[in-house]
Amino acid sequence: MAIEPRKPPSQLLPRLQRALGGRTGWSGFVLQLLFVAALAWICYEIVANARANLQAQRITAGFGFLANTAGFDVSQNLIPYSGSDSYTRVFLVGLLNTLVVSVIGIFFATLIGFIVALSRLSPNWLLSRIAGGYVELIRNLPLLFQILFWYLAVLAALPNPRQSISIFDSFFISNRGLVIPKPIGTPGFEPFVVAVLVAIVAAIALSRYARRQLFESGKVIKVWPYALGLVIGLPLISALIFGAPVSFEIPALKGFNFAGGARVIPEFVALALALSTYTAAFIAEIVRAGIQSVHKGQMEAGSSLGLQRGSVLRLIVIPQAMRVILPPLTNQYLNLTKNSSLAVAIGYPDLVSVFAGTTLSQTGQAIEIIGITMGVYLLISLVTSAIMSFYGWRISRSMG
Amino acid sequence: MKRVSLVVTLALAAGLSAQAASAQTLKTVKDRGMLSCGVSQGLPGFSSPDDKGNWTGLDVDICRAIAAAIFNDASKIKFVPLSAKDRFTALQSGEIDVLSRNTTWTLSRDTSLGANFTGVTYYDGQGFMVKKALKVNSALELNSASVCVQQGTTTEQNLADYFKGNNMKYEVIAFGTNDEAVKAYESGRCDVFTTDVSGLYADRLKLANTADHVVLPEVISKEPLGPMVRHGDDQWFDIVKWTLFGMITAEELGITQKNVDEMAKSDKPEMKRVFGTDGNLGEQLGLTKDWVSRIVKAVGNYGESFERNVGASSKLGIARGLNNLWSKGGIQYAPPIR
Repeated sequence: MAIEPRKPPSQLLPRLQRALGGRTGWSGFVLQLLFVAALAWICYEIVANARANLQAQRITAGFGFLANTAGFDVSQNLIPYSGSDSYTRVFLVGLLNTLVVSVIGIFFATLIGFIVALSRLSPNWLLSRIAGGYVELIRNLPLLFQILFWYLAVLAALPNPRQSISIFDSFFISNRGLVIPKPIGTPGFEPFVVAVLVAIVAAIALSRYARRQLFESGKVIKVWPYALGLVIGLPLISALIFGAPVSFEIPALKGFNFAGGARVIPEFVALALALSTYTAAFIAEIVRAGIQSVHKGQMEAGSSLGLQRGSVLRLIVIPQAMRVILPPLTNQYLNLTKNSSLAVAIGYPDLVSVFAGTTLSQTGQAIEIIGITMGVYLLISLVTSAIMSFYGWRISRSMG
Repeated sequence: MKRVSLVVTLALAAGLSAQAASAQTLKTVKDRGMLSCGVSQGLPGFSSPDDKGNWTGLDVDICRAIAAAIFNDASKIKFVPLSAKDRFTALQSGEIDVLSRNTTWTLSRDTSLGANFTGVTYYDGQGFMVKKALKVNSALELNSASVCVQQGTTTEQNLADYFKGNNMKYEVIAFGTNDEAVKAYESGRCDVFTTDVSGLYADRLKLANTADHVVLPEVISKEPLGPMVRHGDDQWFDIVKWTLFGMITAEELGITQKNVDEMAKSDKPEMKRVFGTDGNLGEQLGLTKDWVSRIVKAVGNYGESFERNVGASSKLGIARGLNNLWSKGGIQYAPPIR
């Protein structure tokens, strides 16, 4: 009797069942389907209901308002803006203001944070106590209070423009902010920029070459004098041939304020200061924890190779610590960006202030504007997370 | 304040269907036993709490008058302090029944916000306040000045129009609340503080040295201030509208808080209509026949309320001017009650 080989049962159906329904099979799938359907129905109801009610009350709805004229001015605009521009332009102005204060805040928070963390771990008793005191003081005071402190207690105490503190008669510090000479491009500007770029590329290539030499033949080439010569020399030659790249517009007191020059408004300074010092206190603790999580043996191994303390930290400890530091550091970056919306308390024209504030009140279209604003913050946060994840992925890859 | 606007936005989004489309505000208010009235966060003369937490002011009196007309009790009110930029959202979402918060009547606000203005309680205009030490005599000398302003107001737009129209440069710093803007002006961050003239006089009282600050003579805009109600409830719209007209009519007829009971006995046909001893005009509004006497007993007539809160006998000391009765050189005027 011939034995027919038994066909293996088809795996397709059970697999599909598991994928859709989990361990419980089809009944689980049905439940999930119902859940998704209910969620979709709730969302639909919310939108439909809101739309019907807005219509019933004859409240304007939709995004048409974005093209209307704004009719109000903004104290800090990184792109050209005047009151006759549209609400879309206001949105961009606010968004850029939020981004610039966040980026500057993140930069300084990281810098101060690392310095404080390293100081706290330093064998120097005084230094480590000062760093510890900084962390405890700053992180235990509310952020809004710190913003108001910088704005109302520190910066407002500066003299008025007529008695401003002047440095070389071209930099002026007053309660209207910092006024600096404004660079204006001349015909020599383009060759100068080219020269700088060429010099930077050459310097990078040089250092790569030196690094390869180090790994391949163990030869140490001192590269920085050449790099420095390139970066300073090339632009200098360009300036000598084509003339100075920029001329400066010197600010002068005219009427109530300075005319000409570029200006950093005190609202920006207060907000950036408060955000970076506040977040730095948290970053310092994160960095300290990260460094301490690296086994002591690593430090000792580095020292036994004859490396200096600084080199051990830079080459051995911090790269390993970064794996621990990165996720909570990302959180702090996100917090800083979101905290920048406290700007409204001191009149810094960020996104929440000019768009979710003035624009909302002028148009009355709360749902659309709050929706857009929430979307933008979500997007900024997701992009920040993505960048940090990419960085983390590179670190872990490089360490194998 | 941010939280308030977010919460009401979500409430709006969730669509409080009962609240929105219904024409039942009077019934809602009666069932609740209380009027919910949106006011400012503290503007002396218009709406500000005293040291015991009692709200007083011209805008507050409007709400008290409405409550008196409905409940015969001017204390049945919940006051909701709102910043300029949150006020409309609070009205739209049904958080308040009436917005009585020095709000300028403009076409776009009347049409696009889903709300209506019911009348003008105070004819105002925008002005400028500067430090005396600057020796500025006219707003036209303000070229290159820094100006502090509260955000979300018509003030912000008028300011842009005025400086642009006169080819002057300026820097605007807009704050979330009026107090923050005043504080920044006082600290020297700005040369100029701008808002409605009545507000300038009120805010000047808050400054350390009142005499060091002057209000410039220019009035750069028309700012008719008045209460607002939601679209879609004509009965409620009528009640709020005629409450103000009732107060103005009372002044026209010389009915005051003191003599109201005596006047109610009058035989004049006009008086009989106003007091409801003849006809049922109050009931047509959805109120009672004696609605006018209830209002006048609670807050007095329009002139009395004006004098008490912002007029010459008050701290603000503002002259009646445009806000006088039409028969006395002003433009306050009420349609006839008949």
